[in-house]
Amino acid sequence: MLKMAFERQLCGSSGKMTLHVNVDVNKGDFVVIMGESGAGKSTLLRTLAGLEDAYGSITFEDTVWLEGTKKLAVQQRNVGFVFQDYALFDNMSVKENLLFVNPDNEFAQTLLEMMEIAQISHRNVRQLSGGQKQRVALARALMRRPKLLLMDEPLSALDPRMRRKLTGQIKMLHERFEMTTLMVSHDVNEAKQMATRLWFVENGQVAEYPLSVLDTLYKEE
Amino acid sequence: MEGFHAIEWAPFVLSFKLAGLTAAILFFVALPFAWFLSQTRSRSKPFLEAFTALPIVLPPSVLGFYMLLLLSHNSPIGQFLESHFGIKLAFSFTGLVIASCFYSFPFMVQPLQSGFESLNPHMIEASYLAGKSSARTLWSVALPNIKPSLLTALIVTFAHTVGEFGVVLMVGGNIPHETRVASVAIYDLVEVMDYEKANIYAGLLLAFSFSVLLMVYWFNHRQKMRVGMV
Repeated sequence: MLKMAFERQLCGSSGKMTLHVNVDVNKGDFVVIMGESGAGKSTLLRTLAGLEDAYGSITFEDTVWLEGTKKLAVQQRNVGFVFQDYALFDNMSVKENLLFVNPDNEFAQTLLEMMEIAQISHRNVRQLSGGQKQRVALARALMRRPKLLLMDEPLSALDPRMRRKLTGQIKMLHERFEMTTLMVSHDVNEAKQMATRLWFVENGQVAEYPLSVLDTLYKEE
Repeated sequence: MEGFHAIEWAPFVLSFKLAGLTAAILFFVALPFAWFLSQTRSRSKPFLEAFTALPIVLPPSVLGFYMLLLLSHNSPIGQFLESHFGIKLAFSFTGLVIASCFYSFPFMVQPLQSGFESLNPHMIEASYLAGKSSARTLWSVALPNIKPSLLTALIVTFAHTVGEFGVVLMVGGNIPHETRVASVAIYDLVEVMDYEKANIYAGLLLAFSFSVLLMVYWFNHRQKMRVGMV
């Protein structure tokens, strides 16, 4: 469904290196991506979304997203993307954030209710707590009914209780909307609950590991 | 203050008209340019920024001199406008507006650009990910989130144009009701030794400039308090 074979330069804390990505994703996969910070996890997601340049090829279903250095514009890929820092439109209310993406009032209402934030839909997003903000960001990312959902450490700024709650909600959304999801995470527990596949980004490569690795990591922690 | 009643307001009206027009025109010209500068990763950025900032460091006479060359009926542009549309730019109000737009350009561009650069880049990207064009993102997401910078840009451009002297004198001369703006009128009054009137004019401009700056700083301070930055 999603085929990636590309490379891109990284300028990390450990100097310059090249990130090589050569992986496929099947429909319905929930891929959790782990690895040291600066290894290129975010870059991988951002390249996939079209926010970064790269060299190689990316195809999604029958659409070419990247060929050589020629890329399909971000606007035309229709991926859902959730940032760690929420990145909400500060000048808008909760509901306006959703309707800006897609003026489908009914669907916005459905998502707000699913995320249990319908009661704050008219509040300005500046006044929300971190957990509320991230739920708005999630709902907003789904407004164009994307088939592919990308999340860059969506829960790492939240407290443990809110993380547990959102872990459940993310899983529910992933199944309900039959999405394919790639999520960067540092949290083994989170990964255990959600992943159907596990990748590690290390030494400029993306390597797949069996999910059982998570149990070992969990015990080590 | 008996001289107060004898005040001729025309230079002030002309100054404000010039400043208002300049700020309005520059808003639409500088907005996309500032947006481009804030978003581009192009190598041309430092050149464009240096070029934009030129009016800040150049003596107004240098800028005025080049503007005069550009606008005079001996230049290709001046010639074209005069022969086809009958518009004379040098020593006319229209010419003043054009010269002011160049002169005040950085004062509109720089606050807008730094406002845009201070925005969370992820917020801009979220708009692109939502399928919105760069223009739509600028108008609906970026601009509403930099209100203090926008206000600063508009007001400082307006005030700076009111305070313009050298370029105006070079390009516009000193024609009553056409190009004799307040700053030029003061110069004129001092030349004919009418210190009393000059004093009133200067005092008015001083009070105006201070109020404008106070308004900008006060508004920005309040805005920061509201978003919890202070």
